[in-house]
Amino acid sequence: MAVSTSQASAPETATREIFMSEALREAIDEEMTRDPTVFVVGEEVGVWGGAYAVTQGMLEKWGPDRIVDTPIAEAAIAGLGIGAALTGSRPIAEFMYSDFMGIAMDQIVNQAAKNRYMFGGKAKLPLTYRAPFGAGTGNAAQHTQSLEAWFAHVPGLKVITASTPYDAKGLLKSAIREDNVVIMFEHKAIYAMRGHVPEGEYLVPIGVADVKREGDDVSVITYARQTHHALEAAEQLAAEGISVEVVDIRSLYPLDTDTILRSVRKTHRAVVLYEAVRFGGFGAEIASQIQELAFDDLDAPVLRVGAAHAPVPFSEPLEVASFPDTAQVVEAIRQSLQGVY
Amino acid sequence: MAEQSPVSTNGRAGGDDASNGVLEQLSDDQLRWIYLIMRRIRRFEETAEEAFRAAKMRGALHFYIGEEATATGVCAALDEGDFITSTHRGHGHCIAKGARMDKMMAELFGRTTGYCGGKGGSMHIADIELGNLGANGIVGAGIPIATGAALGSKLRKDGKVTVAFFGDGAGPTGAFHEGVNVAATMNLPAVFVCENNQYGMATHADFANAAAIHNRGPAYGIPSASIDGNDLFEVYATAKTAIDRARRGEGPTLIEARTYRHKGHTVLDQKNYRTKEEIAEWVARDPIERFVRAVNESERLDEDDFQAIDGQIEREIEHAVAFAEASPWPTVDVIERDVYVE
Ligand SMILES: Cc1ncc(C[n+]2csc(CCOP(=O)(O)OP(=O)(O)O)c2C)c(N)n1
Ligand SMILES: [Mg+2]
Repeated sequence: MAVSTSQASAPETATREIFMSEALREAIDEEMTRDPTVFVVGEEVGVWGGAYAVTQGMLEKWGPDRIVDTPIAEAAIAGLGIGAALTGSRPIAEFMYSDFMGIAMDQIVNQAAKNRYMFGGKAKLPLTYRAPFGAGTGNAAQHTQSLEAWFAHVPGLKVITASTPYDAKGLLKSAIREDNVVIMFEHKAIYAMRGHVPEGEYLVPIGVADVKREGDDVSVITYARQTHHALEAAEQLAAEGISVEVVDIRSLYPLDTDTILRSVRKTHRAVVLYEAVRFGGFGAEIASQIQELAFDDLDAPVLRVGAAHAPVPFSEPLEVASFPDTAQVVEAIRQSLQGVY
Repeated sequence: MAEQSPVSTNGRAGGDDASNGVLEQLSDDQLRWIYLIMRRIRRFEETAEEAFRAAKMRGALHFYIGEEATATGVCAALDEGDFITSTHRGHGHCIAKGARMDKMMAELFGRTTGYCGGKGGSMHIADIELGNLGANGIVGAGIPIATGAALGSKLRKDGKVTVAFFGDGAGPTGAFHEGVNVAATMNLPAVFVCENNQYGMATHADFANAAAIHNRGPAYGIPSASIDGNDLFEVYATAKTAIDRARRGEGPTLIEARTYRHKGHTVLDQKNYRTKEEIAEWVARDPIERFVRAVNESERLDEDDFQAIDGQIEREIEHAVAFAEASPWPTVDVIERDVYVE
């Protein structure tokens, strides 16, 4: 099996393009085939096929003992995952929207994250939580949040997120095989994005960032959907002779600080880009690591680009302006280059 | 019926148009109001659906069509200053609590003149002045809030009652249990109205709820009722008894109203988890048609009354759409406004 860390290093022969949602389905399907203790549990994962169609057709294939529909009961879904994992199963528990994890916060934060530690290392939780996140869908304040920093802050949880179908599949497979609690945040706006996914099996390791575009002048450190805004900004600025490197961290915890520092030591400038509320968001952790560990390499302050200090508004002109777009990333890169803030 | 205890056991079969004496207790003005509200809800949503299909609005729209008698019957029994909490499927509750359709339509269009200035959309319309404490994107979340409103009323001795509307899908939530139990332990002036429209998305109510929701009343030591939610008169009478009881300080009641959404879960839902026959069966029990039949038989209102109301609603609808379309879009300087009291 190929363990590859980058889309660039995937087998040359495979040119198949599939949706992110299909890539995730393949990951689940392959791991269910590989390990009979893997099962899916969540709201509308069966008959409906998943709110974002990730588990479409899986109830028909696997039956109700492996694709388990639940009532609306997020605390129970989180707990079902914990209990089953503690006793020998390898559950994949889905939250229909990451916003609803608020209802399950005790089970995730006080139980799942801490059981192993509190029990002196005696417990093992091979548990994956999946949750759609992010804005841009017109679904207003309670269905669009980016809350990943809440979870990355809690020791005992691993937190991952993908920007491409390739990474999504490889990361989710790694998560399912992990003996730790992994939360995979899936950006809603890119479920329908197509991308190259080879036929054969591969894993993307958790805790390894990926340089999605190489460049010399500025590093943009980002993840999930914002990676695409960074890539678009890089493309636009290339026309002006500005060379932008785009680092997709892929994993918030553990964080691949080495790859981030390597990039910043090369470009000497960093823009940290994320879709969550800018204040107190995960980008603050990245920015802080950079200035602590690469202060002497920096030619400009580390900039953060994030969402407005507000719940996500419904109305389209407000919603689209409330979180970063390509134009804002371009602007931030220029600011970093000019040293004008 | 209004004199009965709300503890009833499904005494009336669905499809029975006789009002069992309830109609006679309602004034002509009340009958006109009930028809006006039910038809407003229906026409508002039909119009919103057209606008959505014409790509004039976006996001999620959850239609209440087919369930009009529940919100209308309950709100007909409330006093003006009373409170409600609503759900993601909230247009009906909103209209029944007296909301203006122009401001609702403008909200769905995302305009500044909408109830929330375009910040909330369909799932978050609130009108605190009218006592509507908000639609809600989180299933079950309105239940503890209603309990809190009822606690506030008890402490302030303001004599008000709060109704929590929620779906069968909220029955399994922790919020339901905590909210209802607390209201029962504190004997609060709250009425919990479950709109059992048989499904939460593709999940059948009986799959999601281990025991029928109305059967939980005894578990909390409160009266409960199982009623035909498409029978305006039964809804009104049951709600009136529960609301009067709450107002007298005798505590909460749990009402389960059986009804059905004619449309999909959202405007985009095209899935086949319900049979055509089942849908047709429930469309045949249309709550508005049943109300009109009963009123016609009683000869209390005539065709002119209904036509006058229909005409009024068409003018309101026309105005609401024109108002929404002509209203300005919000500008980006308001994004960070309204987060806090300044
Ligand atoms: C806590 C929570 N979990 C899941 C959802 C997603 N969701 C929205 S509506 C719905 C079904 C609700 O069913 P029900 O309460 O019966 O209301 P209905 O849609 O039938 O009116 C679900 C699962 C949500 N909004 N909130
Ligand atoms: Mg329902």
